[in-house]
Amino acid sequence: MVEHLLSIDDLGGRAGIETMLDLTDSFLEVTRREIPKVPALRGKTVVSLFYEDSTRTRMSFEAAAKRLSADTMNFSVSTSSVKKGESLLDTVQTIDAMGVDAIVVRHGAAGAPHRVASWSSSSVINAGDGCHEHPTQALLDAFTLRRHRGPSLDGCRIAIVGDVRHSRVARSDVIAFHELGCELTLVGPPTLMPERLDGWPVEVTADLDHVLADVDVIYLLRIQRERIDQALFPSLREYSARWGLTVDRASRCKPDTLVMHPGPMNRGIEIAGEVADSSRSLVTEQVANGVAVRMAVLWSLLGSGGPIV
Amino acid sequence: MSPQHAGERDAREERGPTVPGAAAKRAGAAPEPVLRTHVFDAADLRRALTRIAHEIVERNHGADDVVLVGLYTRGVALARRLGSAIATFEDSEPAVGALDVAFYRDDIGLRPVAPTGPTEVPDVSGKVVVLVDDVLFTGRTARAALDALHELGRPRAVQLAVLVDRGHRELPLRADYVGKNLPTRSTEDVRVRLAEVDGDDGVDLWGVPQQEVAG
Repeated sequence: MVEHLLSIDDLGGRAGIETMLDLTDSFLEVTRREIPKVPALRGKTVVSLFYEDSTRTRMSFEAAAKRLSADTMNFSVSTSSVKKGESLLDTVQTIDAMGVDAIVVRHGAAGAPHRVASWSSSSVINAGDGCHEHPTQALLDAFTLRRHRGPSLDGCRIAIVGDVRHSRVARSDVIAFHELGCELTLVGPPTLMPERLDGWPVEVTADLDHVLADVDVIYLLRIQRERIDQALFPSLREYSARWGLTVDRASRCKPDTLVMHPGPMNRGIEIAGEVADSSRSLVTEQVANGVAVRMAVLWSLLGSGGPIV
Repeated sequence: MSPQHAGERDAREERGPTVPGAAAKRAGAAPEPVLRTHVFDAADLRRALTRIAHEIVERNHGADDVVLVGLYTRGVALARRLGSAIATFEDSEPAVGALDVAFYRDDIGLRPVAPTGPTEVPDVSGKVVVLVDDVLFTGRTARAALDALHELGRPRAVQLAVLVDRGHRELPLRADYVGKNLPTRSTEDVRVRLAEVDGDDGVDLWGVPQQEVAG
């Protein structure tokens, strides 16, 4: 039984991931109803504890909890006792003492949600920890892609382009997509690749133009300017010229190649505005599916009463 | 969700929350359930459904306003069969929907509850909805279905059709259309098989040997 969702590995490989994606279908239907709300998690309380800025992930979890009739509380670092110097441990113990059922954690330090899980009696969901993992993003990406290329993703060729080094999305996506049978290529300047890729089930190249015509999906990562504290590439303009998905590059892809991005997008840097708004782009669908995926995760942890995954 | 998975869930559901030790008993040295009676074979089952199809049309003076809503898993298959049956003797085929009641159950958190499939229900406002399920036991699934339906619209009336009514109601509910009233012990198990889900048609009554249940 899943008690926490800290890593995509917690789902126990392909079967667990696929079960969670199957489950998400039921919740997607709920989000499309005239009254998109079911009483499944009435009386449960979900707290979001975000030490980093976020709009979509925080709102997505909040919408997911509310559509399941759970109560939501927000712990926003900028207006809280953290400003007075409270430690993560004390904050978690305080939240725990209020009697909550799940804590959704985003933190700049890799592993912070694991520490929170060891301190808390609630279920902990990792909503992004440093450069480590972002498991619900990987689930919503896989769910979105499966709706277009599924049900099986075996042999689907995906290029993950850009700042892999600082990307927790890339780490979780590589695990999930690999488990689901996809063939992965990481594309970007060597300075934006992780220092070691031992054991990663991926090909690596610095030449985006070389892979354009071969792939079924181009997954663009955001250039995380807030995490880049040194000159890893000469300029944003040069980055865009070599690794940005421009209109010209998009025209050299196969007609049915899909474009994904975890958001928020830097239009004109990693993706051209025209490409982001084109029919290839799954970006807004990713956001819509994110709510359904997070409903499935919250339900599995708090409502299922047993081992669904 | 694999068919086997769904089948397991249904088997638990038919036993219901009144037998909390059922799983533990099965896991331990408890006696294996044995087949007691063949209640329906494929032909009996077909005849029962044909009769229910006629009763639905008779009661509602036609099928124009009728929406058949099956409850996952086997109720959905039964609702489709009733719809096809009605189409053979009426001008119009009634709309058919599928309803998942997992989110509305009253035992969430007490035992494993899994959604079995996405709800797909046509517009029910002003219509006569016939909820269709395989076995009526405690009535808790039907109650959850009423709640689930209520959020999808305001039907003019709601009726309940079941293949087997096995008694042991825990809520003030009754079925409008019944394939077979089957007196059972609460420890027994009514197993409905449908070709769409299980490969063939039939209804059997299973139970553990009597003397060992007493102990």
